[in-house]
Amino acid sequence: MKPVKFDYLPARDGAEAVRLLTEHGDEAKCIAGGQSLGPMLNLRLARPAVLVDLHRAEDLAGVEESRDAIVYGGAVRHADFEDGRVPDAARGMLPLVASRIAYRAVRNRGTLGGSLSHADPAADWVCVMTGLGATYLLRGKKGVREVAAENFIQAAFMTELAPNEILAGVRVPKLSDSARWGYYKFCKKVGEFSQATGVVVVDPERGYCRVLVGALDSPPVPLEPVAEALAADGPDGAVAVLDAAVDTALGDYPRVNRQLYKVAVRRALAQIGATQ
Amino acid sequence: MNQTGIGARVRRLEDDRLVHGRSRYVGDIKMPGMCDVAFLRSPLAHARIKAVNKPEGLESRILCAADLDGVRPIVAESTLPSYRNSEHWPLARDKVRFVGEPVAMAIGRNRAEAEDLLEEIDLRLEALPPVINGAASMAGDAPRLHEEWDDNMFLKLAVGQDPANAREKADVVVTRQFRTARQVMNPMEGKGVVAWWDYRDGQLVVTTSTQVPHVIRNGLSRCLGIDESLIRVIAPEVGGGFGYKCILQPEEIAVAWLAWTRRKPFRWLEDRREHLTAGANTREHNYSVTAYADQRGRLLGMDAEVTVDVGAYSVWPFTAGLEAAQAGGNLPGPYDFREYRCQVNAPATNKPPFTPYRGVARPGVCFAMELTIDAIAREVGREPWEVRAENLVPADAMPYVNVTNKHYDTGDYPGSLMRAKDAIGFDQVRERQKTPEADGRLIGVGFATYTEQSAHGSKVFAQWGLALVPGYDEARIKLTPDGGVEVRVGIQSIGQGLQTTLAQVASEILSIPADRIRVLMGDTGTTPYSYGAFASRGIVMAGGAVSRAAEALAERIRVMAARALDCTPEQVRLEDDRVHGPNGSLSFAEVGHIWYLRPDELPEGDRHGGLEVTEAYRPKTDHGVFSYASHAVVVAVDPRTGKVELLDYVIVEDAGKVVNPMIVEGQTIGGAVQGIGTALFEEVTYDDQGQPLSSTLADYHLPGAAEAPHIRIQHTESPSPHTAHGIKGVGEGGAIAPGGAIVNAINDALAGHGVEINRIPATPERILEALLGAEAGKENAS
Repeated sequence: MKPVKFDYLPARDGAEAVRLLTEHGDEAKCIAGGQSLGPMLNLRLARPAVLVDLHRAEDLAGVEESRDAIVYGGAVRHADFEDGRVPDAARGMLPLVASRIAYRAVRNRGTLGGSLSHADPAADWVCVMTGLGATYLLRGKKGVREVAAENFIQAAFMTELAPNEILAGVRVPKLSDSARWGYYKFCKKVGEFSQATGVVVVDPERGYCRVLVGALDSPPVPLEPVAEALAADGPDGAVAVLDAAVDTALGDYPRVNRQLYKVAVRRALAQIGATQ
Repeated sequence: MNQTGIGARVRRLEDDRLVHGRSRYVGDIKMPGMCDVAFLRSPLAHARIKAVNKPEGLESRILCAADLDGVRPIVAESTLPSYRNSEHWPLARDKVRFVGEPVAMAIGRNRAEAEDLLEEIDLRLEALPPVINGAASMAGDAPRLHEEWDDNMFLKLAVGQDPANAREKADVVVTRQFRTARQVMNPMEGKGVVAWWDYRDGQLVVTTSTQVPHVIRNGLSRCLGIDESLIRVIAPEVGGGFGYKCILQPEEIAVAWLAWTRRKPFRWLEDRREHLTAGANTREHNYSVTAYADQRGRLLGMDAEVTVDVGAYSVWPFTAGLEAAQAGGNLPGPYDFREYRCQVNAPATNKPPFTPYRGVARPGVCFAMELTIDAIAREVGREPWEVRAENLVPADAMPYVNVTNKHYDTGDYPGSLMRAKDAIGFDQVRERQKTPEADGRLIGVGFATYTEQSAHGSKVFAQWGLALVPGYDEARIKLTPDGGVEVRVGIQSIGQGLQTTLAQVASEILSIPADRIRVLMGDTGTTPYSYGAFASRGIVMAGGAVSRAAEALAERIRVMAARALDCTPEQVRLEDDRVHGPNGSLSFAEVGHIWYLRPDELPEGDRHGGLEVTEAYRPKTDHGVFSYASHAVVVAVDPRTGKVELLDYVIVEDAGKVVNPMIVEGQTIGGAVQGIGTALFEEVTYDDQGQPLSSTLADYHLPGAAEAPHIRIQHTESPSPHTAHGIKGVGEGGAIAPGGAIVNAINDALAGHGVEINRIPATPERILEALLGAEAGKENAS
């Protein structure tokens, strides 16, 4: 399979990327690492007339650290997290998650912004950034607007991004020293897409507690009763209400899938001390 | 002692070029003016072709069936009773019968342009109801794939006799249904072909990624309707075959036809999506097995039915009947029992044409048989290894003719099982199982033992009804003027290291080190005839031919050297890379020098035949020779997710006289990892319209490095009395047993949960569904 013919336009920076996207309208698509779009192009499922390449836009590959958050450029690569070339806002969570995305060859090229914009519900960053309460910085013609991670994905592979916007950065709140997190994904084999993902982030100093189940047919779903129980009664309390919460939230899924979602969240909770 | 002869651990001569990426595959070949070809493939599983409309002006660059003047369909004859031929046109006529079937082809300056042209074709199809599996195909009201037939059966065969005595005497009756998934072979290099017209030789040159260049030449001659002398087939480096590259393919014919009629170079390279859809062609079996045993689990007889979902057409030369006939004949495996009946069905379905894959039928029959043995053991309350050992053909019964007339030549089948049991630490596993694991996983241990009929003889192939019966293989061997050796064989290396092992065979006889022996292969223009590389026949057949040819060359060297050494030929010995007489010795270069450069020193009127010899070889018997092995595996099953991890894996194999232990180990490990794919991961899924749902590697899961355990191998050697040097074939064996061994281990792990897995791949979903089903059943009961 070879792609249909397209024009290739490398953007020097985010502003140029937005200008090129505006100029070419619906015919254009962004490419950064190409790890999701590449196969879609080859399969001719994506048929843009123009590809705007973000991977040389240096302002998208940077990191800005402030007292309580870090903003990662959309073109930061998975391997940059894995190898510690960018600081970690989440007490070990980001490098660990990055190190288990697909295979090293994918991580060398794939980018944070590309993965989030592709909006595959099974993608690691989609679940983790929602779990951390990250904010996405969408750059368009009129400047930058901010969208909370949980509001960014409308449905599988559909996002808030307008055709001439790029995901320029991701602001991740820094976890406090006492914060704890758990992350578990169930994959049929190493490197494959997750079939069930559990994310737990609890940061009492900031009054933050979130429990998510991901790798659904739709964006990750917060399990609020579990989060409340976790905040109130700790990990074992969360486990006690987990099965019912998953059955309620995911009643339409077959029992095998529901079981895997329960296991994923339970094992994420186990990482922060659940004993059940 | 010859350091590079038979039995030596010689490093593969192939690896330097392969690991450095310096070899040349079909995709590396560039010809001036070469055009790329892309195929328009059917989007429907079953449909009538109403029209293939080409846009105006593109008539010469887009071709459909009506344009291929002179082309004949692929027709695979068979003499098996009840067998039916199909006509498989390289580009579909009238009807399409599977998703992915080529309907038209487009010619571009590059592949992308050719694919652009495909989008210009207006293909009009009238959808017909698809036949999506074997059972549906055999239903009375099933739509007909081949309308001239009165049902959908390629083959119906009854093997053996009603096991009436066994049924009457049995203390224990075990009945099970087993199922194996449709698979795709997935060689790393896909199929590919570059064809051009060679004006100097006056030949159509077809460079194709194939296991069987000489056979493809024959097939192209039939389907193009031109003499074989007009065709030269070259197999360059081939990146894995596994059976996929063992048949004549429609695309090969279509591209060859273009080069033949237009006298220009054309190329087609299969991509992975084409492979995963149109190449979804193997392994899918359904079994219904009833086994009769006494109270200790001793098998008395078996009554079975096997249905192989053989797809839309019969492949040439192996036919749609071979897999099913082999399944019926091989199901009894290495076991000693005397009553057996098997109904064999090969129904046509709207899927790609079934092609035999590494192990040919035996991964399926081994899975069914080995799970049956374990089911019997559970039924009689004994250890599966005990029941297995007591049923295996004992060493002192060799040679042994089994219930389906297989002639087991040599070996100690129970011995191999016992070694595997010790090596896997069976007693320690049973001990470990008494204490729950800290992580909640369940431990299980499983075994499987099989025989691998290798280098099937001519009569065996003839029994399977093939019109093209493999028999002799040929080798040509030459001493060069400087004392080196060139060996030419028609067999093809597909990654199995034959250049190394054939050099070792020649080295063994000539005493010349293997690194001075060039083995040239895979080109019908430069090599003598071979049926090619399949059915674990390479080292037995081509090895035998090289052995025979090297002996003949050695004799000629003795005659020539005797004159210079002033002795009789009988006194001349070839040892330590020299030619020795009673009173002196010559180097091989000196012998070559006499013949090629100083023939004036030879007596006038000398009738010596020269230092290049061709010999043909066929083993002493036609029964084939039987390698065998026992696999033992320890698994951990996570009962909460259904995920299986292989903790330890042992293979005790016996391939007769081993030519190169490292190559046997590599073949065994490679095969076993493919078998792990069969056991746990690989499955082509279809929707109810026959649309494949696994058309990328994100959906079709192959085992990777992380899924491959460290496989521990033990060699035993029971040389065959029938072959040169006692060699047996070993190329397929590793792939046969993992399904049986691993699922037996899974069932051992799940024994306390009232669950039995009888279907592969044993995916987490299947295991979990079974466990949740058993739990729900318990709750309902209580």
